[in-house]
Amino acid sequence: MSDVIEIARELVSGALATGARAADAVVAASDGLAVGVRLGEVEKLKRARQRRAGLRVFVGDASAIASTADLSRDGLAELAREAVALARLTAPDPHAGLPDPADLAREMPDLDLHDAAVERVEPEQAIGWAREAEAAALAAGSEITNSEGAEFGTDAGEVAYASSLGFAGAYAGSHATLAVVPVATRDGLMQRDHWYTTHRKLAALDPAVDVGREAARRTLRRLGARRPPTCECPVVFDPETAASLLRHLAGALSGSALYRRLSFLVDRLGEQIASPVVTVIDDPLRPAGPASRPFDAEGVRQARRVVVERGILRTYLLDSYSARRLGLRTTGHAARGVGDAPGAAATNFALEPGTQTPEEIIASVRSGLYVTDLIGFGVNPVTGDYSRGAAGVWIENGELAYPVEELTIAGKLGDMLRDIEIVGNDLVRRNAIASPTIKLGRMTVAGQ
Amino acid sequence: MAVVKPERFFTERFGLSDGALERVLGTALERRADWADLYFEFRVNQTASLEEGIVKSATRNVSQGVGVRVVAGPRSGYAHSNEVTFDRLELAARTARAIADDRVGSVAVPATRPAPQAHDLYALARPPIETPVADEVALLERIDRAARAVDPAITNVLAGIGIEHRVVLVVDSSGRVVGDVRPLVHVSIRCVAERGGVRQEGSYGGGGRFGFDALLDGRAERFAREAARQAIVNLDATDAPAGTMTVVLGPGWPGILLHEAIGHGLEGDFNRKGVSAFSGRIGTRVASELCTVVDDGTIASRRGSLNVDDEGTPTQRTVLIENGILRGYLQDRLNAGLMRMAPTGNGRRESFAHLPMPRMTNTFMLAGEDAPEDVIRSVDRGLYAVYFGGGQVDITSGKFVFSASEAYLIEGGKVGRPVRGATLIGNGPDVLTRITRVGADLGLDEGIGTCGKDGQSVPVGVGLPTVRIDGLTVGGTQA
Repeated sequence: MSDVIEIARELVSGALATGARAADAVVAASDGLAVGVRLGEVEKLKRARQRRAGLRVFVGDASAIASTADLSRDGLAELAREAVALARLTAPDPHAGLPDPADLAREMPDLDLHDAAVERVEPEQAIGWAREAEAAALAAGSEITNSEGAEFGTDAGEVAYASSLGFAGAYAGSHATLAVVPVATRDGLMQRDHWYTTHRKLAALDPAVDVGREAARRTLRRLGARRPPTCECPVVFDPETAASLLRHLAGALSGSALYRRLSFLVDRLGEQIASPVVTVIDDPLRPAGPASRPFDAEGVRQARRVVVERGILRTYLLDSYSARRLGLRTTGHAARGVGDAPGAAATNFALEPGTQTPEEIIASVRSGLYVTDLIGFGVNPVTGDYSRGAAGVWIENGELAYPVEELTIAGKLGDMLRDIEIVGNDLVRRNAIASPTIKLGRMTVAGQ
Repeated sequence: MAVVKPERFFTERFGLSDGALERVLGTALERRADWADLYFEFRVNQTASLEEGIVKSATRNVSQGVGVRVVAGPRSGYAHSNEVTFDRLELAARTARAIADDRVGSVAVPATRPAPQAHDLYALARPPIETPVADEVALLERIDRAARAVDPAITNVLAGIGIEHRVVLVVDSSGRVVGDVRPLVHVSIRCVAERGGVRQEGSYGGGGRFGFDALLDGRAERFAREAARQAIVNLDATDAPAGTMTVVLGPGWPGILLHEAIGHGLEGDFNRKGVSAFSGRIGTRVASELCTVVDDGTIASRRGSLNVDDEGTPTQRTVLIENGILRGYLQDRLNAGLMRMAPTGNGRRESFAHLPMPRMTNTFMLAGEDAPEDVIRSVDRGLYAVYFGGGQVDITSGKFVFSASEAYLIEGGKVGRPVRGATLIGNGPDVLTRITRVGADLGLDEGIGTCGKDGQSVPVGVGLPTVRIDGLTVGGTQA
């Protein structure tokens, strides 16, 4: 741990000695294991080791970033020289700079982000879990005919941040993931789907057999899919697809998009942007949360925030630069890759659950669509225009009737948020951005 | 940075002798394996970006590393590290060979020998990475002015220049040594337009494996005006239609249709596993006889081109569909071997931290005979789509999407009013059978494509003449 902090500190002091007015540095180190199994045979065994350092410098009001994988003393000195030389070529920006020192994290809460057991996983164990999950999927029915395989992967390491404000901190983290992709066939036509489990703690993963069975259930459900008629109808999103709408919301609330006016939610703070059943909370301090952290990518203190409260927009997601641009204060949402400028992004960002079960929500639809898969990139963040490829199950008289595919769903994100009629009780915080089942009153479905 | 041969570049930079590399490959093959390879990579990425009229940020990232792969039948063992030392290589070789069982004792690896250069598609007097940053700043400022001059409604211009310099070296257990030095430049421009409370954006860009000077002949300003024009057109766009209709695609970048609808489905890994909607269909009709589609990694200076793929195999022109009949797959070494086919130079990887997979290079349809105006005139009511965002495919069901960002209604054979962006969805094995007209105006895209597969991104190209598709589902809001 002290290693990465020391490198970060050394980079900052080297930058100041090379002529920078201010600087900050990120150092990341990680080791990973990935195994892939297909039809019971091992197909892939991969070990990864990565070490990278990134340095941002301010020369006057101009800034630049350089990063390297060469962490030798010479490599780090070269990095400082490169960054300072680059900054002398960019234009001054009066809003550029480090955060207000008053906003820096002073305590380092222990968020339980690292599990030593994840680092100790041996290839044989990983292969065993992948085999077990795939075998459970293959055993789920005679129509499961093939498999794209099962993968088990781990990633563990630490990240350090230091700045010329005197801040220096580091934390360790780990992740483990098991995923299965079965293939099913009926009448010569194939379908695939997948399921997975992912957590910071090895012991918190779902049992491999359950993952395989769920992957098979989702795959078999797609067999015999038809094309629905083109129409307007209610649309129910399952938790996985509903989470994608939350990702669009988080992107539109990012300060980086807002100050550039590249968001359909510009200038809406304090206004009703979603239906009253919508409350969204961003919580970077949730113990063992997928995106939890003791400080952000600028060293800023973290806090749980109600972002949308019964439909009313209470806060944007800001880093210090976008906050200064918008005349606001950072909310501690700075995020950055080792070699990139910081931007603002959500952490653990979830739609708070309601009271109805998914079955009750489906039962409320006379004729409509239950979406289980979305593909494509048909979302315009500036206008909120939304049009994506979808697959799922058609709902008739409150029941899942038959699978559908080769259709699109379309609307405008602004209208869609206001049109959320029901939020389910089935929130699972598997990923950083998560949602329960939701029902939208009306979207355009294009099919036959 | 001096231009040196890749084999010398790595041995000098990391102090690794030929003998050391042979010893590492010997370690990799101490168990019963078919072959092994080492992939060295050194990469510099430089970016400069402009917004609100000034160049606010610049980045320079240096990355280096090595991956050791051991292949035994369908199994791949892989270990990589960004610390390139003999000890790390030995450790990686021991890790990678765990995929193979049965110790067979020491294996003599043939002495390494450089392979002859297959192509020379992007030789440059001055690699673009040597461009002074001040020149990039000046070009970005010209881009900003050109975009803003299009219309006073343009309120912001975001523009970026990215330059990459990548040196790769593949050393394999047959003794073959193949290197490549790959330049890549890229300009991307995003314009925001605001008028009467309506806000819209337009984006455009381009690039390739050529020198920075190639952007200075007015090309970058043309990109800027195109991004601004799109934003202005979209200010007046009305809701797109919903339902199945006749669609005409313009030339060039709409070739993303081919990339999604058939390209991915013809990649060797999916077909070896039998999970592609195209599995087992070679020799059968998958398109109208007007359609001939190729993947060609050998076009000079193109973004998707390579002298050799990331396994050292020379790139080639592969016919995928010939007059409507499915002819071939795209292969890397592993999948070609298992399918008893020849590698096609499509084994690509994002970086040393990734295993190679079959990937596309430049994928396009050959020109037909119709005048593009006649193709549009032949449609009574439909959609004319000329620019796209991204696309995606489910290779198993064959369903694919691609999203139009500039499109117009066709009414009575004439291009009418612009409509808002909409996703188009179709079925890969079936969509090309509905092509009833192919224009004479084959265009390749400007050099903006990046393809994602299994978490790995690689630069690609696409191309298309104007085509008419009778029956594609358009995902607008007007049912």
